Amino acid sequence: MRLDNVSRDFGHMHALRDVSLTVERGEFVALLGPSGCGKSTALNCVAGLLQVTGGAIYLDEQRIDELGPEDRGFGMVFQNYALFPHMSVRRNVGFGLVTQRRPKPEIEQRVNEALALVRLESQADKLPGQLSGGQQQRVAIARAIVVGPPLVLMDEPLSNLDAKLRLEMRAEIRRIHTMLGCSTIYVTHDQEEALSLADRIMVMIDGQPRQIGTPEELYARPANADVAEFMGYRNLFASPSENGEAGLQVSVGGARLTGTAVGEVGARAMVAIRPDDLRLTGDGPIAASVEIAEYHGRDFSVVARAADGTELFFRSDQRVTAGDAVRLDAAPARVLVYPA
Amino acid sequence: MRRGLGERLWAFAVWALVGFFVLNLLAMIGSVVVNSFGTRWFNTWLPSGYTSQWYVMAWDEFQLPDILLVTAEVVGAVVVISGLIGVPAAYAMARRNFPGKQVVMFLFLLPLLVPPITYGIPMATVLYQAHLAGTIWGVILANLVPSVPFVILIMIPFVEQIDPRVEAAARVFGAGMFRLFAQVLVPLLTPGILAAMLLVLVRTIAMFELTFLTSGPTSQTLVVALYYAVFAAGVRPGQSIDAMAVVYMITTLIWLLIALRFVNPTQIVTRAKR
Amino acid sequence: MSAAQMSLRRRMRERGLDSVTLLVIPAVLFVLALFIYPFVYGLILSFHPRIGGWLANYQKFFSEPFLYDTIRITLVIAVPATILNVVLSVPVALRVRLMKKQRLLTTILVIPITLGTVMVAEGLLTYLGPRGWLNRTLLEFGLVDSPIRLIHNYWGVMLSLVITGFPFTFLLTLSYVTGIDPGLEQAAAVLGARARERFWRILLPLLAPGLAITLALAFVQAFTVFPSAILLGAPAGPTRVISIVAYQAAFEQYDYSLASAIAMLMAAVQLLIITALLASRSLVFRGPASSGKG
Repeated sequence: MRLDNVSRDFGHMHALRDVSLTVERGEFVALLGPSGCGKSTALNCVAGLLQVTGGAIYLDEQRIDELGPEDRGFGMVFQNYALFPHMSVRRNVGFGLVTQRRPKPEIEQRVNEALALVRLESQADKLPGQLSGGQQQRVAIARAIVVGPPLVLMDEPLSNLDAKLRLEMRAEIRRIHTMLGCSTIYVTHDQEEALSLADRIMVMIDGQPRQIGTPEELYARPANADVAEFMGYRNLFASPSENGEAGLQVSVGGARLTGTAVGEVGARAMVAIRPDDLRLTGDGPIAASVEIAEYHGRDFSVVARAADGTELFFRSDQRVTAGDAVRLDAAPARVLVYPA
Repeated sequence: MRRGLGERLWAFAVWALVGFFVLNLLAMIGSVVVNSFGTRWFNTWLPSGYTSQWYVMAWDEFQLPDILLVTAEVVGAVVVISGLIGVPAAYAMARRNFPGKQVVMFLFLLPLLVPPITYGIPMATVLYQAHLAGTIWGVILANLVPSVPFVILIMIPFVEQIDPRVEAAARVFGAGMFRLFAQVLVPLLTPGILAAMLLVLVRTIAMFELTFLTSGPTSQTLVVALYYAVFAAGVRPGQSIDAMAVVYMITTLIWLLIALRFVNPTQIVTRAKR
Repeated sequence: MSAAQMSLRRRMRERGLDSVTLLVIPAVLFVLALFIYPFVYGLILSFHPRIGGWLANYQKFFSEPFLYDTIRITLVIAVPATILNVVLSVPVALRVRLMKKQRLLTTILVIPITLGTVMVAEGLLTYLGPRGWLNRTLLEFGLVDSPIRLIHNYWGVMLSLVITGFPFTFLLTLSYVTGIDPGLEQAAAVLGARARERFWRILLPLLAPGLAITLALAFVQAFTVFPSAILLGAPAGPTRVISIVAYQAAFEQYDYSLASAIAMLMAAVQLLIITALLASRSLVFRGPASSGKG
């Protein structure tokens, strides 16, 4: 499926601009971004629930953005599941096949297969209201995949579940994707989810795609400062930069560090360092004083203040307490420098 | 979602239906208004001339000043009394779960679900025996029967909307029952009380059957007087009846417009859905 | 205060009975005195006719065509009007819920309810009369040769029931329709269901319980039609509805016993139909019209 320069306006508000993306057969693509970034809007455009106001959408090189949602044949899992409350699980799952006027025996067989896949055969005749959140979610998934769609769309399906259930269902989704190999577009604001599920991720901010890449690329090499901020590079600040013999020199917390440029960097730059890459060392260049240390079992997440007042976030496996004086360092490859 | 031709046609048909309804409604009201101002209106689209004589005539013939006064008294009394009885009851219903609450709720629903004629006749019978019928108090009591439950039903959601912790906080800071009511609850409930009062007002002005069954010659409200005028239509010129009708319409619609500033039109149709 | 008194108070408070609960009492007493009591009184009175045994009133009713025919006449008016009002309200409500500015339309539609049946009757007498605007328009466009008779007959009453009844059913249906999760329709669309199929498979089943209630409430209103039947209808014959004979028994013949009996019969017919409609609700789905943890 290909999105070609898709845009969507609501009056004067540009909800989507210049969205271009290709999803290969069998690929799992995540649309990731903060609330209001347009990812759900993009998904609804693909589904046909919203019309695009610019650009086009293609499936196997056939244009589909003129078609209504009824004619696109996709499967969709909604955030609040949208299960038909007056129909049993079986009838919910079979709905897409009924609208296709499939013969009854075929419907019965395919519904049973889908229910077996999500491990809900025993609940087949219950009503959605009698099921737990996780079970309802699995019914929603079964309903979406039973028609064997070319594309499955998922709109933040896990956001209504509690943490433990979320982890379980993530594994379920992974398992089903591996077994069926459906092309999938998955919308989420949770980067952990995106990183663990997707083959490729498109990060969207303010209606525009800011980076498309594999989870590794996004984690280790955000393309710009906004994506870096979203991907958890909590140490993000402006800094002068100049080229020295050791490499690109930037100022962090009043100390000089060597960094790696991402893009064309001028005299003013933005520096981004992940908290786990900012290390506690005995003789590091950055001097700071610990303000808050939170215990996380395996390590501590620490907020410290450098001599020049900059707030620094790092992780430490040694115990530190408020008031400790510490010294920090980071490897040049992990100090990312962006144009300001 | 995209709409095909069939759906567009259907949408058009539905809007045409609504438009037809509204058009006829406005034309109906319009013809009454026009007639009330016309000198003679026989076989033409509009009357041959305009005058306000019919209003003067109606004013005297139908004793409109007296009737308007009676209407104001009845409506005023009904609004105030139903508020005094209904608001505290709504508070109790919203804040307490006592045994038999379902029964009491059902009790309050009945006068709203059962149409006025059905209970009006037995009620009028009782009022006649109590020698209250024919007097203004008979009319007031009759109109209170649907109004008190109506106030209760409207107010309960408003009371439920107030976080009980606000009341608890007031208590913690030393407010007794009376102070709680006067300084915390009533101010918070004012929009709801206002809405309920205005709706009761509008409904009572238009309430025909109950007043009709219990009123006497000196205790008729405007709507009942209008009925009698239309009933005896052969005797009086139609234009003066329509003049009276216009007076009635203005009275009701003014209060409707005022009520709608505070209230959603849907609430006029009581939310008796379970 | 003794320990026994205190624990009694506390137990009562736990069951929800304290001084606040007492606030309910005036309203309860009021409804009991002026609604329940007259009803019971009327019921008992209906079994104490002026002449004859305790069933004489009811026997009289069912033996005189003048009287028992009113049930048929009333149903012939009320049933079509109710069905028409409810059926029309569905497509209109489904369209209007998509509108952004519903307020103007709902305000206009509330006007007939506010004006009441007497005003609407007078309005229709003017508007639908042989020289009124409606007939004039029909003649002008050559749709009829002579004015059609719409007042002082069945049709006038019918039209007045539609004018006052449709806004009521529309507002109720609209509230039910807006209670349906729009995500359900989206899900159905993505699964391949077009508008018509979405209506029959999703919307209508979810609306059905609400429509049953609307039917019940609208029927009750139409069945007790009173001033329109007199002013706008032909109370001597084709629109001699049951409320008219009840009224006549009470205020023209001063036979309160018979009047109460007729009122009881009215209540009985209404109760019968309401029970039937509400019982049918449980045959269809009965629950929230949204699903999941939305």
